[in-house]
Amino acid sequence: MRRYLAARLLQSLIVVVLVTTISFFLIRLAPGDPFSFTDFTMSSAAREQLRVEYGYNQPAPQQFIRFLGNVAHGRLGYSHSMQRNVGTVLAEAVPRTLLLMSAALFAAFALGIAVGALQAVGRGSWLDRATSAVLLLFYSIPDFWLALMALLALAYWIPIFPSGGMMDPVLHDYMSLGGRIRDVLAHLALPALTLALLSAAGIARYQRAALLDVLPLDFVRTARAKGLGERTVVMKHALRNALLPVITLLGLSLPALVGGAFFVEKVFAWPGMGYVAANAISARDYDLVTGTVIVGGIMVALGSLLADLLYALADPRLRTR
Amino acid sequence: MPSPTHVSEPADRLATSVVAPSTAPVVSAPARRARLTGTFWWSLALIGLLCLVAVFATQLAPYPPNAQLDIVALKSQPPSAAHPLGTDQYSRDLLSRMLFGARISLSVAMLAVLLSATVGTAYGLVAGYVGGRVDAVMMRLLDACLAIPRVLLLVAVLALWSPVPLPALILVIGLTGWFEVSRLVRAEVLSVTQREYIVAARALGASGPRIIWRHVLPNVLNPVIVAAALGVGNIIILEAGLSYLGIGARAPTASWGSIFFDGSDAFQATWWIALFPGLAIIVTVLAFNVFASALRDALDPHQLAGDRAR
Repeated sequence: MRRYLAARLLQSLIVVVLVTTISFFLIRLAPGDPFSFTDFTMSSAAREQLRVEYGYNQPAPQQFIRFLGNVAHGRLGYSHSMQRNVGTVLAEAVPRTLLLMSAALFAAFALGIAVGALQAVGRGSWLDRATSAVLLLFYSIPDFWLALMALLALAYWIPIFPSGGMMDPVLHDYMSLGGRIRDVLAHLALPALTLALLSAAGIARYQRAALLDVLPLDFVRTARAKGLGERTVVMKHALRNALLPVITLLGLSLPALVGGAFFVEKVFAWPGMGYVAANAISARDYDLVTGTVIVGGIMVALGSLLADLLYALADPRLRTR
Repeated sequence: MPSPTHVSEPADRLATSVVAPSTAPVVSAPARRARLTGTFWWSLALIGLLCLVAVFATQLAPYPPNAQLDIVALKSQPPSAAHPLGTDQYSRDLLSRMLFGARISLSVAMLAVLLSATVGTAYGLVAGYVGGRVDAVMMRLLDACLAIPRVLLLVAVLALWSPVPLPALILVIGLTGWFEVSRLVRAEVLSVTQREYIVAARALGASGPRIIWRHVLPNVLNPVIVAAALGVGNIIILEAGLSYLGIGARAPTASWGSIFFDGSDAFQATWWIALFPGLAIIVTVLAFNVFASALRDALDPHQLAGDRAR
C-alpha cells in the first residue's frame, strides 16, 4: 500500500510539473509578452524597463527556473484585465468551480448508477433498449449547447430558475443565512444538472456492463439459492461488487468534467475558473489563462489521486499490498 | 529487392496462409459480414449524406455564406420562406452558413482524427513491440499526458495564438488526441506478439520493422478504427465548444461552433441561431457514435453473444 501510494504521488507530481512546463513553453513561444498589450499611454522605454524588471530579458532556462519558483510559491502573475493578482482571482474562483463540480459529480454518479443498475436488471427489455438509445443521444450532445437550451427553456421562456450567475446580485446580501443558501442552490441547479446529465450517460453504460459481468457469478447464485429476494440480491450483493470498476471512472472522468465545467460556466455565467478563463481569453489576459490552466491541471491531478486512493481503500486486494 | 525483405519472404507466406487462419481476424471474415446490422448501414448512409452536403455546399447553399445580405431589413430575422433557418445579426443566411459550416466541422474532425490515429498507432506499436524499459518510460509519459485536461491545454494553446489558421487548429487538436489510441494499440500489440504467427515470422528471420508492418499492424487496427469513429464525434463537439469560446475557426469562416459564437450575445431573442447548429451537431455526432458502436459489435471477436454490454 505504501509503495503504491508513493508511486502514485510521484506520478501526480510529474503531471503537475509537465503541465507547468508546457504552460511555460506556450507562453514563451506565443507571440508577444505580458507587456506588449495595447496601452497607448505606455512608452516603449517604459515597457522595456518593465521587461527588465520582471526578468523577460533573461535567457530562457533562467526564466524557466524563475517561472517554476514563482508557481511553486503560488505566484501566477498579474491579471491586467481584472487589475489583480492571478492568485487572488483564482482563490475566489476555484471554490465556486469545486462547488459546481462536486454537485455535478454527486448527481451524475447517483443518476448513472441507478439507471445502469435498472438497465442491467431488465436487460434486453424494451426499457433497457430505449434507455440505451437515450443515453447514446445524451452522449452526442455538446455540453455548452445543452446548457444553452436549458437556460433558454427554463430561465427565459418558463422562468423557473434564475438566468445565471451564482447569487442574486441585489437581494443576496439582505437575505438570512437559509435564504442565501437557497439562493445559491437555485443558481446551482441548472448548471450542475446539465453537467450531471452528460456525465451520467457514460457512467450508466459502465455500470450496466459492470453489473452484467457480476450477475452470472457464483456468489449471486448462492445469494439467490439461500432464498434472498431479488431486490436484496441486486442491491446488497451484486451492485456492491459491481461498484468497484465504476469508482475508477471517478478519476477518469475528472479531466472531461473540468473541460465540461469550462463551457457550462461560461453559458451560465457561473463565476468559477471556466468563466474567468473564458473572459480572460477575450481580454487576451495571458497570465490569467495560463494560471487557470496550471491550477486546473493541479486540481485534476489531485482529484485523480484521490479517486485512486478511494479505489485502493475499496479494493481489499490493493489495501493489503 | 533488398536482402532483409527477401529473406523474410517465406515467413510472410507462412504467416498468411498457414498460421493466420487459426486466429480471429481471418476466420471471422464471413461471420463479420453477417453481423453488420441495419444500424450500421443507416448510420453509414447518414454519414455519407452529410459528407455529400459538405462537398456540395456551394451548389446547395441559397446564398454565399459570408454575404451580409441586407444589414437593415434582414438583421436577425426568424425562419421564413426565403431564409428557412433565419438570418444572423449580420443579416447572413443561417442555412447557407450551416451548409458551409459542415465543411469546416467535418473536415477539421476527420483530419484531426486521421492525425491522432496515425501518431497514436505509431507510438503504441513502438512501445508495445520494443517493450522493456523503453515501453515503461513511454507509458509513464503517456499516463502523464492522459492526466492533463485536454480542453484546458487546447484553450491555453489556442488562446495564446488566436486567431489560428485552420491547419494549425487541426494540428493542435490532432496532436492532443492520440494518447488513448496508443494505449489501446499497445495493449493489442502485447497480445498479438504472443501469437504463433509472429513467433514463426521471427523464427524465419523477418526484420523488426517488417514484422510490425506486415503482421502486427493489420491485426491491431480494429480498435483503432472504432476509436477513430468515436473520435470524429468527440472532436466535432470539441471544435464547436472551442469556436463557441471564440478560439476555434477564425471569423468570418462558418463552422457549426463559430455560428454560436456570432450569436452568443442575444440567444434569448434569436433562438434559431442556438437551436439549428446544435441539432446539426447532434445528428452528426450521433451518426458517428452509432456507427462506431455498430462497428465495434461487428469487429470485436470477443463480443459473440448479443447481450454483452457497451
